[in-house]
Amino acid sequence: MTATRLKKGSRAGARKKRRLYFLLTSLLVLGLAVALVLNALKSSIRLFYDPTEVVEKGISPGQDFRIGGLVKTGSFKSREVGDIEVNTFKVTDGNKSVAVIYKGLLPDLFREGQGVVAEGAMNKNGVFVATQVLAKHDENYMPKDVVDSLKKRGEWKKYIASKDKDKGKAL
Amino acid sequence: MHKFANPARFMRLSNILLPWTTGLTIVLFGFGLYYSLILAPQDYQMGNTYRIMFIHVPASYMALFGYGVIAVASAVGFIWNHPLANQAARATAPLGATFTALALITGSLWGKPMWGTYWIWDARLTSMLILFFIYLGYIAVWQTIEDQAKAAKIAAIVAMIGIINVVIIKFSVDWWNTLHQPATLIRAGGPTIHGDMLAALLLMIAAFNMFFVTLLMWRIQSLILKRRIRTLRLQLGGGRG
Repeated sequence: MTATRLKKGSRAGARKKRRLYFLLTSLLVLGLAVALVLNALKSSIRLFYDPTEVVEKGISPGQDFRIGGLVKTGSFKSREVGDIEVNTFKVTDGNKSVAVIYKGLLPDLFREGQGVVAEGAMNKNGVFVATQVLAKHDENYMPKDVVDSLKKRGEWKKYIASKDKDKGKAL
Repeated sequence: MHKFANPARFMRLSNILLPWTTGLTIVLFGFGLYYSLILAPQDYQMGNTYRIMFIHVPASYMALFGYGVIAVASAVGFIWNHPLANQAARATAPLGATFTALALITGSLWGKPMWGTYWIWDARLTSMLILFFIYLGYIAVWQTIEDQAKAAKIAAIVAMIGIINVVIIKFSVDWWNTLHQPATLIRAGGPTIHGDMLAALLLMIAAFNMFFVTLLMWRIQSLILKRRIRTLRLQLGGGRG
């Protein structure tokens, strides 16, 4: 009696173990397959290109893509032509920068030194003509008075640099 | 393990816990909303608009947390043929789907004023939308397959395949460049959100979590009762009449 129950129990245990191994191996295989697919699609999954890549790759004029980086400090100019706002600025990744022209309203968060993603194409003069400009927010959240006091004490730049250091990326 | 496999025991335990988790949910939401809407200061760049994050971030966490619950429960149900685990996984799915929808909607409403667009097909947003569809697919499996044991097995396989997407969601902002910002809370070098804002966010996450647990216990209870009613009907010989 006990012998049969034991035997039955161990068979059920073996089945459980088999199901567990089945699950683990299929997940492993599937994970590997997905990793390979994602790796193959790497360049189309990314949302934008850095200015350095844009400059070095020499993307031909008229080809649509997105460029992303920081709005270079001191490069932003805006003027009204008729009813339309014409904005020019440079997008930089700290290494290379690309001039951008955009006709239209900019998002609220757009400002110099901040992240931006622009969609459009290069023209023949090497200027990126944007059809859409989106502001990229970073992961820092701070109260206004804290930022003001940091700025007053001249420690704001140091603070941002310390936050950016462990990011290891331009953006 | 099998101590909790007993639905009757779960009913008893959850009946004791439910008033407490309900009360805790209300208290946490009270504090959380007070902190996030009144106490937390404005952001230096986004002003008051950033407060959408106190809904958006907890909802996103719950979307992923819910999927984690489904995956673990499905694995337990699949390997050990554990009926309560299957019911728990099944009960979680609509909750997870709702929180995913909430995360997508609040994110979209936040995106328009800040980024300048409601939607963009970047890796984070797209993988989150896929999570929503996986939830719907998972629910559909349970709804369309009559045989409950078979439904549990197929749903579990769907759930475990989908776990890959959760990994992709978490790391999407690190692997590819996206419009969505990188992680604020769980990152090397600590959170990048300031004191009172962090407190408000953590309170809201705790509140959402307690809310989730409360709803989940209710849902598992109702699924257990539904099954019991069905068994009783069958015993009466009335079938579905």
